[in-house]
Amino acid sequence: MDQANPFVSTPRRDIQAGLRDIAPVAVAALPIGLLFGAIAAAKGMSPLEVSLMSALVFAGGAQFAAIETWISPAPILTLAFATLLINARHVLMGASLTPKVSMSRVQTLLAYFFLTDEAWALSERRALERPVTGAYWFAMAVVLWANWTLSSTIGAILGSFLGDPERIGADFAFTALFIGLVAGFGKSRVTLVTVAVSAGVAALVHYFIGAPWHVASGALAGIAAAYLAAPEEARS
Amino acid sequence: MSLDTTTLIAILAMAVVTYFTRIAGMFVADRLVLTGRAKAAFDAIPPAVLVAVIAPTALTTGWAEAIAAAITAVAAFRLPLLGTVAVGVIAVVVLRNVI
Repeated sequence: MDQANPFVSTPRRDIQAGLRDIAPVAVAALPIGLLFGAIAAAKGMSPLEVSLMSALVFAGGAQFAAIETWISPAPILTLAFATLLINARHVLMGASLTPKVSMSRVQTLLAYFFLTDEAWALSERRALERPVTGAYWFAMAVVLWANWTLSSTIGAILGSFLGDPERIGADFAFTALFIGLVAGFGKSRVTLVTVAVSAGVAALVHYFIGAPWHVASGALAGIAAAYLAAPEEARS
Repeated sequence: MSLDTTTLIAILAMAVVTYFTRIAGMFVADRLVLTGRAKAAFDAIPPAVLVAVIAPTALTTGWAEAIAAAITAVAAFRLPLLGTVAVGVIAVVVLRNVI
């Protein structure tokens, strides 16, 4: 964390700090990108479509959810709504980070195209010590964006040679990945109630009504359950 | 390399919605302070959505998938993300051959 002289911040040092902070994240994201591309290809997307989605959307969770429920032709409104639900957390992240970045309004508008859970978390940590500069932010952002776009495109190209995904259990990789992601939210009582209610409602709706309604109904039920399960505390 | 028009529109719609969520925080930075139940509901959005997406595959496809999902959940609290995925995939392949 600490640099030779912590009181002097130069663009060069900020870029170095950004690259150093994002490197382990990029390494961890590389196979996830390959996996995304491979399964998107198995669902019928071309490598060009996969690279466009990764480059323009650049949001792993929303992309994985879209691919899991992917049918042809693509249900545009359903996908947009699911994307909105999954990415709504960005609003809170942006609201929290904005007072801590030393960038102009226009720079921030450009910078936030690259807002991710990882870049946000690292920036919040850095903001405890010093302002988050454009040099620091864009060094992280460009690496993570290029990494995600390239790895998912390569995954899509390789994936079309893999054949039937069910044979090697690859169809279950999403489910396993999502379980892993959900575990990252911890096992507090509120989270467990959320997960149980969301899973139950989504499974029932999918069984009795069908896709894609299970996503919105399960998610809304889980969110409502979290609201009811949380303590009704005073302002903190 | 093919590019389907409907797919392209869907990708653009997802991109626009995502960018909107990314910049919206800039404009509410001084007003959006959630506490208590409202914050709990907001924090619950990502896990609630993720679980809703996979619930049919995990719970109502068959015993192999349901058991594999349970094994994956146990692994998820002990292993990094990729290890969890590996455990899940291996479990489902083995179980599909056994059951």
